[in-house]
Amino acid sequence: MSDDLPWELPDELLIDTEMARRIIVAFIGGHMQQTGFGRAVLGLSGGIDSALVAYLTAAAIKPENLLCLMLPYRTSSPASRADAEEVVAALGCPSRVVEITPIVDGYFEAALAGGEERAEPSRLRLGNFAARARMAVLYDQSAAWDGLVMGTSNKTESLLGYTTIFGDNAAALQPIGDLYKSQVRQLSAAVGVPEAILRKPPTADLWAGQTDEHEVGLSYAEIDRLLYSLVDLRRTSDELVEMGFAAANVERVVALVAGSEFKRQVAPVAKLSPRTPGVDYLYPRRRPRGG
Amino acid sequence: MSTLRIGLAQLAPRLGDVAANVALHRDWIARALDQQVDLLVFPELGLTGYLLQDLNAEVAMPADDARLAELAAAAGQMSAVVGFVEEAADHRLFISAALLEGGQVAHVVRKAYLPNYGLFDEQRFFAAGDRVAAIDSRLGVRLGLSICEDFWHLPVPLLHALDGAQLLVNISSSPGRDVSATVEGGLGTAGSWQALLRTYAMLTGCHVVFVNRVGVEESITFWGGSEVLDPSGRTVLRAPLHEEGLFVAEMDRAEVRRQRVATPLLRDERPEMVARQLERLIRQRAGTAEEEPPE
Repeated sequence: MSDDLPWELPDELLIDTEMARRIIVAFIGGHMQQTGFGRAVLGLSGGIDSALVAYLTAAAIKPENLLCLMLPYRTSSPASRADAEEVVAALGCPSRVVEITPIVDGYFEAALAGGEERAEPSRLRLGNFAARARMAVLYDQSAAWDGLVMGTSNKTESLLGYTTIFGDNAAALQPIGDLYKSQVRQLSAAVGVPEAILRKPPTADLWAGQTDEHEVGLSYAEIDRLLYSLVDLRRTSDELVEMGFAAANVERVVALVAGSEFKRQVAPVAKLSPRTPGVDYLYPRRRPRGG
Repeated sequence: MSTLRIGLAQLAPRLGDVAANVALHRDWIARALDQQVDLLVFPELGLTGYLLQDLNAEVAMPADDARLAELAAAAGQMSAVVGFVEEAADHRLFISAALLEGGQVAHVVRKAYLPNYGLFDEQRFFAAGDRVAAIDSRLGVRLGLSICEDFWHLPVPLLHALDGAQLLVNISSSPGRDVSATVEGGLGTAGSWQALLRTYAMLTGCHVVFVNRVGVEESITFWGGSEVLDPSGRTVLRAPLHEEGLFVAEMDRAEVRRQRVATPLLRDERPEMVARQLERLIRQRAGTAEEEPPE
């Protein structure tokens, strides 16, 4: 790991990377065995989250069993594509490019042409639709490739609600969903994710120049320290301010977490019968059939 | 026979698949017999898997179930501890451990402390045992047999030691969590358990055998790290984290005498005083305590 990587790793968030790697690889391998799948599909964006999941999945099931899909939209950065290609080359896994531009533009253009829509969609709608188009392609390829869809959500974006529901958060497994972004960076450096990916600013690549940190207005190191104290250590807002976090930042992050609770849970079922799936009909995801 | 060969069956059960787990146990019993093991210890809920939820009633069996008898017969002259869901005559479901000896189920011990916090939800699905007692084994030692969370409550090792146990056996399905660079070994759960085991060995003057499962269920990865300690708190054997395997340690029974003569903590234990204080505290907690005169 280079000493001069352009981000800070907060001390209280530092993980034992070998332990984390071992647990996640065992987690992926265990679920593959229990579900009867030997293969996986993954949307590779060129960013650090999906690159890390690619490395961990390849370690669990061998690279030839991992299909990496690059799913660019017309505004996606060519640099992202090059970085994704570098991961594919380094791991030696099969890959495929599926342009989602015709899917996304086809939908919105038809709405405009038919008069149902009068203006171009907002960046939010476009971004969410693109995320769901990628999900649709991934799940179709899951059937074609006979592989589980690997999720790439991290704990920071999940807690902030910085995800598209049924879009980028749709997956069979979430291997890095309990790692904050800072920990994703630490682990990525440890498992050998290419330097170019480690160095670039995190972006959802929804439009040119967009970065996560600019949107939230805080560095990931600050956000992660705040979230860790709030969520994992159960500190109150007042205690966070006493610790030195700016009150406005605490308020903003607390509101983002509370406002996105619905994205982290399954939809409620209206309770009518004696036993209701998801309420009081509770079984492991996979269990022996019959008997 | 002054030494005992203890087999730690650090395996990964199949969730909800009793038939597969019985077969797994049978294989490991055969392997342990090949290695002249005297006492083979399987993990908590080894016959069923851990995160059962509503499968609890489907995998439950009474203590006189034919499958337990079959495993007892397979173990023959070897003693074995297996973990299962016990259905009592009144249909309460317990997380239990059976000591198999002499070709039969010699004792059944029920988990007394069911965790219901953090990632645990055991009280929703199981009843708690209400007896903590040591049991005699054909091996010539008295056993304090407990199940996972039982070891996070001080009365359990104390009661077992007072009841004459020389060997504390805890079987677990401990989920690994708290991965951190600042804890030794990198896994907080492992560090906490290691501290507990060492402390109990030292305070009770007992050998301690801890068997924890491995494998993955839902979000959880069980961390293994099964361990044997002597009565001074020294680690005799620590199995690797996360790796499935049968690990065999030798235990020198004379260590208990040496330790207890040198450091007679158990001699100095005062159960009658503890009982008086407990009675006082029970009254206080219940709000029935009368004002007591200062001593």
